[in-house]
Amino acid sequence: MSGYRLENGGRIDRNRPVEFRFDGHSYQGFAGDTLASALLANGVSLFGRSFKYHRPRGIMAAGSEEPNALISVDRGAGRFTPNLRATSVEIHAGLNAFSQNRWPSLKRDFGAINDRLGMFFPAGFYNKTFMWPRSFWEKLYEPAIRKMAGLGDAPTQEDPDIYASTYAHCDLLIVGAGPAGIDAALEAMGSNKRIILIDEQDELGGGALADPALWPWLERSRKALTDASNVTILTRTTAFGYYHDNFIGAVQRLTDHMPDNSDSPREKLWRVRAGEVVLAQGAIERPLVFDGNDTPGVMLSSAAKVFANRYGAAVGKSVALMTAHDSGWHDVFALAKAGVGIKAIIDVRTEVSSALLDEANRLGINVHLNHSVTGVNGRHRVTSIQICNNDDYLGARIDCDTLLMAGGWTPSVHLWSHSKGSLAWRDEIGAYVPDQPNENVRCVGACSGGWDFGSGVIVDMLPTPKDQSRIKAFVDFQNDVTAKDIKLAVREGFRSIEHIKRYTTNGMATDQGKTSNLNGLQIASTALAKPVTDIGLTSFRPPYTPQTFGALAGHAKGALFQPTRTTNIDGWAAENGAVFELVAQWRRARYFPKMGEDMHAAVNRECVAVRSSVGIFDASTLGKIEVVGPDAAEFLNRMYTNPWKALEPGRCRYGLLLKEDGFITDDGVSARLAPDRFHLTTTTGGAARVLNMMEDYLQTEWPDLDVWLTSTTEQYAVIALQGPNARKLLEPLVEGIDLSADAFPHMAIREGTICGIPTRLFRVSFTGELGFEINVPTAYGRAVWEQLMAEGAKFDITPYGTEAMHVLRAEKGFIIVGQDTDGTITPFDAGLDWAVGKKKPDFVGKRSMARPDIVAPGRKQLVGLLTDDPNVVLEEGAQIVADPRQPIPMTMIGHVTSSYWSETLGRSIAFALVAGGHEMMGGTLHIPMPGKTHEAKVSGMVFYDAEGARLHV
Amino acid sequence: MILIHCPYCDEKRPEIEFANAGQAHVARPLDPSSQSDEEWEAYLFIRANPRGRHHERWRHVHGCGRFFNAVRDTVTDKFETTYKAGEPRR
Ligand SMILES: [Zn+2]
Repeated sequence: MSGYRLENGGRIDRNRPVEFRFDGHSYQGFAGDTLASALLANGVSLFGRSFKYHRPRGIMAAGSEEPNALISVDRGAGRFTPNLRATSVEIHAGLNAFSQNRWPSLKRDFGAINDRLGMFFPAGFYNKTFMWPRSFWEKLYEPAIRKMAGLGDAPTQEDPDIYASTYAHCDLLIVGAGPAGIDAALEAMGSNKRIILIDEQDELGGGALADPALWPWLERSRKALTDASNVTILTRTTAFGYYHDNFIGAVQRLTDHMPDNSDSPREKLWRVRAGEVVLAQGAIERPLVFDGNDTPGVMLSSAAKVFANRYGAAVGKSVALMTAHDSGWHDVFALAKAGVGIKAIIDVRTEVSSALLDEANRLGINVHLNHSVTGVNGRHRVTSIQICNNDDYLGARIDCDTLLMAGGWTPSVHLWSHSKGSLAWRDEIGAYVPDQPNENVRCVGACSGGWDFGSGVIVDMLPTPKDQSRIKAFVDFQNDVTAKDIKLAVREGFRSIEHIKRYTTNGMATDQGKTSNLNGLQIASTALAKPVTDIGLTSFRPPYTPQTFGALAGHAKGALFQPTRTTNIDGWAAENGAVFELVAQWRRARYFPKMGEDMHAAVNRECVAVRSSVGIFDASTLGKIEVVGPDAAEFLNRMYTNPWKALEPGRCRYGLLLKEDGFITDDGVSARLAPDRFHLTTTTGGAARVLNMMEDYLQTEWPDLDVWLTSTTEQYAVIALQGPNARKLLEPLVEGIDLSADAFPHMAIREGTICGIPTRLFRVSFTGELGFEINVPTAYGRAVWEQLMAEGAKFDITPYGTEAMHVLRAEKGFIIVGQDTDGTITPFDAGLDWAVGKKKPDFVGKRSMARPDIVAPGRKQLVGLLTDDPNVVLEEGAQIVADPRQPIPMTMIGHVTSSYWSETLGRSIAFALVAGGHEMMGGTLHIPMPGKTHEAKVSGMVFYDAEGARLHV
Repeated sequence: MILIHCPYCDEKRPEIEFANAGQAHVARPLDPSSQSDEEWEAYLFIRANPRGRHHERWRHVHGCGRFFNAVRDTVTDKFETTYKAGEPRR
């Protein structure tokens, strides 16, 4: 044996050496090694520092249940992954891995002082010590703890990798490709079933990979399954969660095991819907609980067998076994055959089968029955162990460099529990096994509790003559929870395992207690003198092992996080320098700055242009609903506050929509095209909500009404042409419509053509100026817009954005639902009682307008605000008080909802919601803002052309 | 992700195609103006919050667009049945 690499054996490729780095040092392993096996073969025993006490830690397991050896892998800028298990990281050329939670180095770690101070870190330590005073927690304790405790560092740069995702459907999904999973696949292979076989490791086989006698069978099976056209094999794939109706989430690791970062996706998220699920997740060996059981060199006996038989690596040169189960004996027999030196077998039991004793005898291994390990010597590596007789506590020392633990087995019921299958306790194995399924699922193999590893006894802690309050016998290695902590929790009154778990943090680390839950339960059970089944079982939740955020996010990041809706005119706006903003999912032009203009200057110019000549605005995002049918008018009459039946075809009406609770939810101008046809408009953000609400009433409350609703938002591009020159500009382009004031008054609609394109032409205004809204089929939007720009040059036509639109509408006192209202505002509160049909017997929300709290005085009401200093533009959202000299905290009586500089008026204007505001006209209110409290007078909301002279021309 | 049976499409579809629409069988009073404040409050705001069988409305919003009724167990999240709007309570 050279170093710790065995001369023969293993599935590694000894002809393909691989160079890699760990903590800056170069090492060599072979293709097929994990980081753990390669480092073990190099004689490395120290892999990390523990979470709380910074104790030196080595490898404990060989699979994804490893709690100690968490490492970080750096693949270059933005490609830093913390908290990977060294036992699951495949080595490859250029692998650059680091240990965690140590400073300045793994061997000389400053934080290890915590271990000496352990008596000050009992269970619930954080809760007990750091709750008071608060400022100490924020400034002193938390920063110190963050520096000292914890796992790997979070990456700081944006992740440049791409992540794929897919949906898949199958008749049979098998999770776990050990012997039981492979058998299930072979059995189903001959049917017509579509089968998916998932395994987290790089090759099929599971436990069989550590059993050379099974390799010929494994190779035959692998070939048969690979050749079968109805079987999809996914290796390096972790089924991390089991959701309703046999929906399983899995992440496939595609490129991390390869030497170079590739352009292909790093990982792929599989969302699988399966007809039937077979869980073959196997079982995890349980550590034993004794003083010093976390010393590097103490590990699970099954792991030592995996390292020897699968990877050709010896975990030590002189190995002792502490066992409570037959499986430990079989493991060390296999190790002895592989050439690993076995020093002793210590079994807590008084009797074991003669077959085991005979084999140990034949191999020349010393056996100590009815003994326990009571101490481990060595800090960075085991140097010797202390054992004693369980009855008389007579002890002995055994020199060894490795101590194996075999505490029995825990079936992996994680996914079964995700699926809400019930569990049953089995005393003889001291574990919960799957009982009644909640989905179409069954468990096979070791995860169902059926295994042929032999038998054993369950011990909560190994017997010891030592003072139990002075030893560190670890239960949860990753969260540094000891048996003492669990006993303390019980002494302090915790009874349910759910509470004990949260108080001690047992089982709450990234491994979710894979190796600690059952030992924790047993210790609590003994301390409480109650059977395990009486103290409950904590829940398993996804993910089975930690997964990357990248895999879960997939393509849904950056520009693809959600769709961006653009209008047909958006491209023109982009080419002409528009600054955009998002409104709901729509991208809208906010303003069009000319050279050297800031937003303020651009908006002022755009507003003045609309008031003095003509402006053009892309209003395509307005929600639009076509309401058709003989009962269309009756339906709208019931939905909106206003009367609709008398509206003549060719005329428009402002519609106000309430919810049944009486509060404003939407508004918009709508037109009657024919007795049985309406063109509704809604707010940009409210389109889908309004259509849903209308469908709800139509389908479920008034199914007798003969009405059809169709969303037409995306069918029309809408161009608003606003300003005194709007008609003059439009006249030469429009055919079939008399645009004269008498023939086409304000709030009317006509159908004809513009530039030869069919149009629904609205004469409406959200600016207070003579205005038109030109609806044309979406595909013609930009063409008509460009024609209007060309024709409008002689009027110095000015494109304006949403910011100018907001100022123009505010000057006229028009509200924006959702900005000036907040879901608790009635028409009366908003000063819109004129829009409520007083004679209508019913409409949605009418009854609520008489609710006691809605007719009560003191409601917040919408008013105008004019600052005493006309140059001060209040902050939107600023709070309003009646008396600025009152003590803090002051009584807020309202807030500013809209506030702008009006270039037209040469001063600021604002709207505000103020309690009892309608009664305060002319009164002074105070608005505290950073630096100064401002005074403002309450006013009406129409600041410009109150009589509407500019509209009716 | 749950599969939900749409009684109009007569298909089981993933839940992301559907939207919950609150408790079922809460009919809007035919003449709201005749309702007392207490009756109107009960209609507007008072809802059941059962542990177990719950009648609720769903809309196949990204499918046929129809509202329908369902009986769902609030503990297990399992749908017992779904049926068309207007059919009697099950
Ligand atoms: Zn449907």
